[in-house]
Amino acid sequence: MTASPFLRPPWDNLNRQHQAVSLGMWIFLVSEILLFAGLFAGYGVYRHLYPASFAKASAQTDIVFGTVNTAILMTSSLSIALAGGLARARLPRLAWYCLLATLVLGAAFLVVKGFEYREDIDKHLFPGPQFALGGTGPALFFSFYWIMTGVHAAHVSGGLAAIARLLIASRNEPAWLSGGGSEEATALYWHLVDVIWIVLYPLLYLNGRTHG
Amino acid sequence: MTGMRLSLPEASGNARLVDTAFFTVFGIAAVIFVALFILLVVFSIRYRRGTRARRGPLPSLLRREIEIGWTTATTFVAIFIFWWFVGGFTLPPRAAPNQLEIHVVAKQWMWKAEHPDGAREIDALHLPVNTPIRLVMTSEDVIHSFFVPAFRLKQDVLPARSEVLAFTPTRIGDFHLFCAEFCGTQHSRMTGDIVVMTQPDYAGWVRRQPHGDNLVRQGEALFAKFGCGACHAPESQVHAPKLAGLYGTRVTLADGRRLTADDAYLRNAILHPRDGTVAGYAPIMPDYAGVAGPADIDALIAYLKSQSGLKSQSGLKSQSSPKSQSSPKSQSSPQADR
Amino acid sequence: MTDAALPARPVPDYLHHGHTIWSWLSTTDHKRIGILFAVSITLFFTIGAVAIAVVRLELLTPAGDLVSDDTYNKLFTLHGIVMVWFFLVPSIPVTFGNFLLPLMIGAKDLAFPRINLLSWYLYLGGAAFTVATIIAGGVDTGWTFYTPYSTMFSNGAVLTAVAGVIVVGFSSVMTGVNFIATTHMLRAPGMTWFRLPLFVWAMYATSLVMVLATPVLAMTLLLIMAERWFELPIFDPSRGGDPLLFQHLFWFYSHPAVYIMVLPAMGVASEIIACFARRRLFGYAFMVYALIGIAVIGFFVWGHHMFVSGQSPYANVVFSFLSFMVAVPSAIKVFNWTATLYRGSIVFTAPMLYAFSFLGLFTIGGLTGLFLATVPIDIHVTDTYFVVAHFHYIMVGASVSAFFGGLHFWWPKITGRLYPELWARFAAVLMFFGFNLTFFPQFVMGYLGMPRRYHVYPPEFQVYHVLSTGGAALLGGAYLMPLAYLVWSLFYGRRAGANPWEAQGLEWQAPSPPPHDNFLTPPRVGDPYDYHPPEGPAALMDDAA
Repeated sequence: MTASPFLRPPWDNLNRQHQAVSLGMWIFLVSEILLFAGLFAGYGVYRHLYPASFAKASAQTDIVFGTVNTAILMTSSLSIALAGGLARARLPRLAWYCLLATLVLGAAFLVVKGFEYREDIDKHLFPGPQFALGGTGPALFFSFYWIMTGVHAAHVSGGLAAIARLLIASRNEPAWLSGGGSEEATALYWHLVDVIWIVLYPLLYLNGRTHG
Repeated sequence: MTGMRLSLPEASGNARLVDTAFFTVFGIAAVIFVALFILLVVFSIRYRRGTRARRGPLPSLLRREIEIGWTTATTFVAIFIFWWFVGGFTLPPRAAPNQLEIHVVAKQWMWKAEHPDGAREIDALHLPVNTPIRLVMTSEDVIHSFFVPAFRLKQDVLPARSEVLAFTPTRIGDFHLFCAEFCGTQHSRMTGDIVVMTQPDYAGWVRRQPHGDNLVRQGEALFAKFGCGACHAPESQVHAPKLAGLYGTRVTLADGRRLTADDAYLRNAILHPRDGTVAGYAPIMPDYAGVAGPADIDALIAYLKSQSGLKSQSGLKSQSSPKSQSSPKSQSSPQADR
Repeated sequence: MTDAALPARPVPDYLHHGHTIWSWLSTTDHKRIGILFAVSITLFFTIGAVAIAVVRLELLTPAGDLVSDDTYNKLFTLHGIVMVWFFLVPSIPVTFGNFLLPLMIGAKDLAFPRINLLSWYLYLGGAAFTVATIIAGGVDTGWTFYTPYSTMFSNGAVLTAVAGVIVVGFSSVMTGVNFIATTHMLRAPGMTWFRLPLFVWAMYATSLVMVLATPVLAMTLLLIMAERWFELPIFDPSRGGDPLLFQHLFWFYSHPAVYIMVLPAMGVASEIIACFARRRLFGYAFMVYALIGIAVIGFFVWGHHMFVSGQSPYANVVFSFLSFMVAVPSAIKVFNWTATLYRGSIVFTAPMLYAFSFLGLFTIGGLTGLFLATVPIDIHVTDTYFVVAHFHYIMVGASVSAFFGGLHFWWPKITGRLYPELWARFAAVLMFFGFNLTFFPQFVMGYLGMPRRYHVYPPEFQVYHVLSTGGAALLGGAYLMPLAYLVWSLFYGRRAGANPWEAQGLEWQAPSPPPHDNFLTPPRVGDPYDYHPPEGPAALMDDAA
């Protein structure tokens, strides 16, 4: 048995370690999905109670920022998937740059989101005394808008931290990307962040724009 | 230390049913527990270390049969209790006619009650015996819970919602009223007395009370005070729905939904009118949330009911009010946005 | 991997694998992390116990004459939050689960040792933060944080208290992920799924519930924080929010949380009963299915906490039916434990006494659950002391008995020393009677209408409160005794040897205490309950004489 530098206790076999890291991440992702499920349930209940208000309020979000961000995040998922494929194809340099692209795209997502938040605040779309829309439904919609996008942004930041750690660790040792399962676990997590956004995008931006 | 209490009076029609269920389930539980206890003791003595009892393995067929046997038996007992006591109770008989409707408002930390002809009381509730009662309850602040152990009844009282509790007191006497949902600092002091009297005594008690305005007249005054008539009066120039005869009819909203103009609808229509604008009208009515309190809304609804030829105390047949049960879903206020 | 050369000196056990404090604080050894958790949860248990001691003293008289209304509310809130989240939910999994799971499946450690350590730091940080803010600022909402009281009305430090609970929740999720991955990936060769000891199955089922339910609690509490901090209308009924939504989300976690507390206890009891009845566990496969069944059905019964909340009566019927269904696998387990005794060769050691106590108290707790699943009865007794007694029978009676049972059973493995048997039996019996004296009167006063969370109460309930407080004093004494004699045994207890109970689990093949890597030679995997012929452990009875 060749000792690999990526082997950690209690494992004595790199392949098993890799499988375990993947399995652990999958279980964690299920947990994460349930975290968001709580939010989706709340959103679903209120949208069911206030369908008209939710449609009206949802039309106030900025679809340009939202759509650009969807594109950015989906591209970043592509690049991290490429990074994994390239690492397995023994092209570690290229894989490293793909990972870097993911980091840049993820950061871009947060920057765009920041601009969108600033615009939302300027338009008084934060529920409170200054809130621009009347009635109860819209305030509930925007409560969920802020919490959902906020929690999602926190997850994006977490994912970026994991990617950054991977980039630093593999800078001088690119083989790190194909061994031990870290790259795969990070990619799985990043895909989850992407998938959550794919659900948030129609809930927050497209509802209320479907009738023209 | 006053005397130890061992039994609880059964003071409502519901109490007898609950006690029957309670003591039947207690009997079933006791049989199971005693059987297990005897087995434990017998096995502990017979099979303690060092006795000469037989200890060979069991035939595996027997093991499987025992296992299947008690799984089936347990399932059967569980389904039996469910079918007998939940199936029978939870979908209750129709609301009795001629209910006495009393409005209860809970707030930190008191119970306020208002009788049909305007008599009011705090932390006490006088009731005539053998008369169907319908409590319409709401809260001004947090969640409280109306709990009368002698009636075996409990119902959470939520803000911005009407919860209905229907029952018939069957025994004369004084009983405890507790708030059973933790509601803040003086939760344990949010108690009251339920005084069940004979029907003539109740009538006498009502007569002796200083008569405030009754709900309908209060509602009429509030209707004027809030200036509702400026738009809703028949002679108004503003294009707004007319309210006479509205209560209990079907309403079509601007977004196409059709619903019944009941308590819950009216409550929401006053508090948050733009969540459910009526078809054919402009969404111009301001919110009265924060302007009209829960007691005000009750009064306004009573007034609107009276304008539809209904008396507040007559009880409404449009909603079945499950005995000893929470109100059906249509009572919740946010429904009105549909 | 193992060095073929003869060791120059014996391999040090895990307690002597490094002596500095830092060697403990930076350890990734599952056994040491188990010890760290054990010390921490004992600390929080003590805080929760002191809080409730004051409450029970106050309830000796009907008037509120010892503490103010506000202090009383803060004390029972402190008790609830600390006992539920910082003691009962973590208790058995993070101590015995951590210590034993790898040993029982023949592994060197958990799958992710560093995450395991992180889990302890998160637990300690979150729990300490919450307790500090509760003690400094006070929270008076009850552990259930019902809205709109918690969001719009309470003046307490709800925001910070909730933040700490969320952090502890992450610790739970990490432990759960770790246990599931370990059970899947690190079983020794030959350790098939149906050779796993029931304790491992119980850990597996518990982990599933932790991983699936805890995040919903985290999100619910996050919404509470958002509502309090930013004054969002999420659960505020005066602004269109729905407080029942909060209750649904809260109980979606908090009902399964009961199973997080009791499934591990079932695992512990299974190990002890099989060992001291010297008998293969009756109906092993059914026991496994019942564990998984309880974990799964447990996710769909939360609405039985809300029969009087204003929830639809049709929902009540459905939740009532499902609650009856979750009783079936629980009953099957009780029957199987009892049947295990049949034709056994029973030795009444202290762990066995605790297991009997578990069995009796769990049965009472479970049978009173039938009352609460029956909607009309629940309407009368919910939010009274009947419910308080019911869940204490399950969560304290059953779970804490099993915790002490496990503590005595595995004490020789953990420390290498035997505890004093006679003292231990005395404590076990005292705990059983103290517990019943404390909580049985609460069933009666609950049926008679005594509401829970009451600072002052009508005088007719005083007799029951006095009995209950008297029982609590006995119970407190019974909890303190093991603390004393177990510490004594650390220094003066007899050396245990690898397998003092002649038990069959893999953990008994490792030395006591085990070395850092657990096994000196690869363990021989077989039937975990191969107790035939039923020879009793010879040595352990002498100590009692």
